[in-house]
Amino acid sequence: MTAVQTNSTTGVSTSPTSDPAQYCGHCGEPSDGGAGPTSDVHLRCGERLTLEPPRYCAACRRRMKVQVTPLGWTAECSRHGVTVMRMRP
Amino acid sequence: MTIQAAVPTIDETSAKILETARRQVLEDGIGLTQPQLEEILRLPDAALPAALQLAHEVRLKHCGEDVEVEGIISIKTGGCPEDCHFCSQSGLFDSPVRGVWLDIPELVKAAKETAATGATEFCIVAAVRGPDIKLMNQIKFAIDRINEAVDINIACSLGMLTQRQVEQLAEWGVHRYNHNLETARSYFPEVVTTHSYEERLETCNMVKAAGMELCCGALIGMGETLEQRAELAAQLAALEPHEVPLNFLNPRPGTPLENQGIMDGKDALRAIAAFRLAMPRTVLRYAGGRELTLGDLGTREGLLGGINAVIVGNYLTTLGRPATADLNLLVELNMPIKELQKTL
Ligand code: SF4
Ligand SMILES: [Zn+2]
Ligand SMILES: [Zn+2]
Repeated sequence: MTAVQTNSTTGVSTSPTSDPAQYCGHCGEPSDGGAGPTSDVHLRCGERLTLEPPRYCAACRRRMKVQVTPLGWTAECSRHGVTVMRMRP
Repeated sequence: MTIQAAVPTIDETSAKILETARRQVLEDGIGLTQPQLEEILRLPDAALPAALQLAHEVRLKHCGEDVEVEGIISIKTGGCPEDCHFCSQSGLFDSPVRGVWLDIPELVKAAKETAATGATEFCIVAAVRGPDIKLMNQIKFAIDRINEAVDINIACSLGMLTQRQVEQLAEWGVHRYNHNLETARSYFPEVVTTHSYEERLETCNMVKAAGMELCCGALIGMGETLEQRAELAAQLAALEPHEVPLNFLNPRPGTPLENQGIMDGKDALRAIAAFRLAMPRTVLRYAGGRELTLGDLGTREGLLGGINAVIVGNYLTTLGRPATADLNLLVELNMPIKELQKTL
C-alpha cells in the first residue's frame, strides 16, 4: 500500500500513484490530465475540494474510504493506497 | 473636520422591534416569541447591524465573553438507514460517501489533537438510527481510552436512544448528548420520512431527564419559510437545550437537497441574531456550512452577533476552516476560550 503525504493546505490531493490524475476526486468524471481537476467542467469541483476531501481515486475512479478528523483526513483506495492530509493543531 | 462612518438609518418599525427586543431579552432575560422572531427574520438589511449588535450584547450579558470550542468526529460514517434529505451519510441515497468505521487508536489521537487546540469538548458521532450493542460497546471502550489519554469533555451523538441507553451513557460520564431537531415541526415531514419529530423529542427529553446536557441543533436553508425558521427557534427554546449548534445547508451530491441553493449570508446572520434573541442563555454554536454561507467576513459578524461557540477544524464528512483561522480570530476579537472546569 502506498502512503502519500499531501503537502497542500487546500485539501486538493494529488494522485496516489505517480501517474497524472485521470479522474476528478470530487465527481469521479474523467479529468483532462494534470495533477488536479482543471477544466471548466471541474472548476467547481476544484473549489469544492478546498472544503471537502476527495471521494474518488484520481487514478482509477474507485470510491474511496474517507475518514475525516478535526485536524485532517485520510482517503483510501483499495487499489492505490492511502492519501493522508494532516493539519497542525 | 471629522469624517464619520456612514451608519445605516433604521426605519421606525425596525427601531421599535429592536427596542422591544432590547427591553424583553437584554434587560428582562426573556426570549422572543415566534411572532417576534418572525419580525427579526424580516428586518431589512439596514437594520441587520443593529440586530446583530443587540444579539451580541445579549450574549455578553447572559453568557459572558467566553467561547466554547469543540471538535467532532465520526466513529461510524455512512450507511445510515434513515432518509434525512440533507445527509450524505444516508444509505438510501446515491451519495459518494462510503461506509467506514474509525478505529479507537485513531479516535484517541484525534481527541488529543482536538484538546491541543484548546477545545474542551469532543463529540463522537455515529450515522445510525440508534445505537446497537456493538456500537454501545465501542463507545464505552472509546470513552475509557480517551479518558486515560486526555482531559476533555466527551459528548456523543448516536441517534435515537432507549431509556436504558440514556442511563448507560450518563453512567459512563457522557456529559452532553447531541440530538438535533434540524427543522421546524411543520417542515420536518418534508425532510425526513423514516422517523418522526416526536421520536426526536422523546430522545431529547430522556437525555435531559437523565441529567445530561442536551445539545439540540438546527439546520437552516433547506427550503423552509421564514415563519418555519422562527417556529424552529421557538420550538428549540421551549426544549431549553444547553447548546444549539446552528448548521447552514451545504447541499450534498446525491441527496434530495443537492440542488437547493446555498443560503443567503444576510439571512443566515438574521437567523443567528434571531436564535440568540430566542435563547439568551444557550450556548449557540457555529456548526456546518458557515464556510459556504458566511465566508470569513460573515464568520466574524456572527461571532459579534450572538454566537458563543465554534466547531474547530473539520466536520464529519466535510472540511472546515483551518483551526488556526478560528483561534486567531477569537484572539483578535478578545474572546477567551472557555476553560475545561467552567460551564457556560
Ligand atoms: S439519522 Fe443522522 S446519519 Fe442518518 S440520515 Fe439522518 S442525519 Fe444522516
Ligand atoms: Zn469533477
Ligand atoms: Zn485507485
